Amino acid sequence: MKARVTVTLKNGVLDPQGKAIEGALKSFGLEGIESVRQGKIFDIELNSSDPAEAETLLKAAAEKLLANMVVENYRIEILG
Amino acid sequence: MKSAVITFPGSNREGDVIRALHQASGAEPLKIWHQDHELPQGTDLVVLPGGFSYGDYLRCGAIASRSPVMDAVRSHAAKGGLVLGICNGFQILVESGLLPGVLMRNAGLKFICKMQHLKVCRANTPFTSAYKKNQIIKVAIAHGEGNYIADDETIAMLEDGNRIAFRYCDAEGDTEKGNPNGSINSVAGIYSKKLNVLGMMPHPENLIETLVGGTDGRGLFASITAHKGAA
Repeated sequence: MKARVTVTLKNGVLDPQGKAIEGALKSFGLEGIESVRQGKIFDIELNSSDPAEAETLLKAAAEKLLANMVVENYRIEILG
Repeated sequence: MKSAVITFPGSNREGDVIRALHQASGAEPLKIWHQDHELPQGTDLVVLPGGFSYGDYLRCGAIASRSPVMDAVRSHAAKGGLVLGICNGFQILVESGLLPGVLMRNAGLKFICKMQHLKVCRANTPFTSAYKKNQIIKVAIAHGEGNYIADDETIAMLEDGNRIAFRYCDAEGDTEKGNPNGSINSVAGIYSKKLNVLGMMPHPENLIETLVGGTDGRGLFASITAHKGAA
């Protein structure tokens, strides 16, 4: 089973890298970009085929290591 | 004084801090590998040195903070043992939950490597008794992720609890003008509640010889030695 964990900064946490990317995009003259926040994606393969079990496992992985819960949020997607 | 310096894959300042501790205490610190599960019997001080543990992958200090030896460091701290985390060591301490907050990318996005003034916020701790309160010292900084951030509640807890160890400042002691990386309240180092764990971004271990920039860093190691000697 394949899954994806997306880690993003919580709202209100300053993201200097996102700001720099936002500035670069705007400097290209791309119209309509309001703001950019940078995050991380983890594509994970699991040997389980039970979505509920996978969810529990990935939750533990995210909270133990993948995300720093002080400043980051995470989202789990089971890709099947 | 018996000190243990933990080495992670990618640590690179362990030699500097071993030298500083040896100079101050006359005793040779032990080097401990991150896969070890125990600290040597009778360890007074554990040091997490600077460097780039695990190549700063994922987040600085994140993978190192989950190393086997960190459980031993946690129980050492819980028993009141001294723990000093410098630079990457500070990042490991916040990732491990031994100190609150987080160290984000420098506000200017650049890696900063330069001499930096600090204000010693209090002198009545195991780490700073050789300094005077509000003394301005000059040490080195070398980091890309030293921008200390925490929520308002945590900052209030640190400020009210007198747990800010050092603040960045300029030569005149102005903490606002001297802030190199955007840290909240110019925080350069913080203590745990019981003052036995200190995390700091600057490198006092690199300022212990007149030949290479000055000796303002000696006070930290002299303080620790005096504390353990008196105990």
